[in-house]
Amino acid sequence: MHESAFQIFINALLANNFVLAMFLGLCPFLGVSGRLDTAFPMGVATTFVMLVASLCAYGLNLLLGYFHLEFLRLISYIVIIASAVQLVEMVLKKYSPKLFRALGIYLPLITTNCAVLGVALFQTAREYDFVQSVTFSVGGGAGFTLALVLMASVRERLTLSNVPDLAQGTALSLMLAGILSLSFMGFAGLGG
Amino acid sequence: MNPSAAGTWDEFMEGVWRQNPVFVMVLGMCPTLAVTVSVVNALSMGVSTMLVLIASCGLVSMMRNITPKEVRIAVYIVIIATFVTVVDYAIQAISLKLYDALGAFIQLIVVNCIILGRAEAHAAKNPPLPAMINAAGMGIGFTIGLLALGTVREVLGAGTLFGVTLFGAGFQPWVIMVLPPGGFFVLGAWLLFFSWLERRKLRRRQAKLVEATQNA
Repeated sequence: MHESAFQIFINALLANNFVLAMFLGLCPFLGVSGRLDTAFPMGVATTFVMLVASLCAYGLNLLLGYFHLEFLRLISYIVIIASAVQLVEMVLKKYSPKLFRALGIYLPLITTNCAVLGVALFQTAREYDFVQSVTFSVGGGAGFTLALVLMASVRERLTLSNVPDLAQGTALSLMLAGILSLSFMGFAGLGG
Repeated sequence: MNPSAAGTWDEFMEGVWRQNPVFVMVLGMCPTLAVTVSVVNALSMGVSTMLVLIASCGLVSMMRNITPKEVRIAVYIVIIATFVTVVDYAIQAISLKLYDALGAFIQLIVVNCIILGRAEAHAAKNPPLPAMINAAGMGIGFTIGLLALGTVREVLGAGTLFGVTLFGAGFQPWVIMVLPPGGFFVLGAWLLFFSWLERRKLRRRQAKLVEATQNA
């Protein structure tokens, strides 16, 4: 089945949102969604890494297929992602040290963000061509950013309200994520 | 129990209960929520993760003296990715149906924070045997967590357990439980339950203390 680029984009952004429908990238989703001003840059950084990883993975996959080395796929993907993260880290450190400090440990942890590896693995499994791969990674990244920003906005409001002691912390975030996920189910079928 | 055996037991139980990766540390959430729609999936995911965890912690620990500090994370990742590839191919050979059900999440074991966390925090500083025992404890703790979620979600969402129908024909499955939101809700509920248990324990201890001081 041939999907158009637009369908892929909408699917990755809303209907099959990486965080809320496919459970990819939950660690940063729960970790850095406390404040809006770190959530958005984190989303953008992750999107950029996803795009780079997706481009590299596409080229690499052709190369591996040519040499019949498919069993090395996973190892080479993860090495590429680690290098892309290193790149983003160096750029951020040079141009925005403040943001670099705010993101802290979560920046190098993009390497172990399932969403990034997920993009590379899914585009291989679905045999996307070049344009499809790029739209898929950008859509996925935008979806991740959207989920992160929504969650951060809700949590910022929540700090002002009166929550039972017992539910403080992760349990509350998970319940919130569940409600967000429930509302995202309304987009099901949108991508066709 | 002699002291060294007690230490080993302690090391093992750390992962199973005190530092349970799912309920206490809340690590490795992605596979936890994604594959726990049924007990069988949860169990196989837990076992595969445990195998990778034990093997890679063992190897990381054996290589701990010859790994340069600057590139250690890269080395760990490559080691983990190797074992995940092995497990991936093994599951494909054992059961293609299971392989399709778990999908990309077997390969995504590579980026499970639990494994990298254990390699960095424990295996890199300890000899192979304790490292592997600790890894086994963590793996079992993770499997227990997955099973706890998988059981609730399968029973409520599909009315079955291990694929066996539990209720009569009148049972209306609570479908939302096997859909994505259900994963968040069930895990949230378990965390609430555990923090309630913790709180109750604390209150009882305080009550006992008050009683003791009054008696004295």
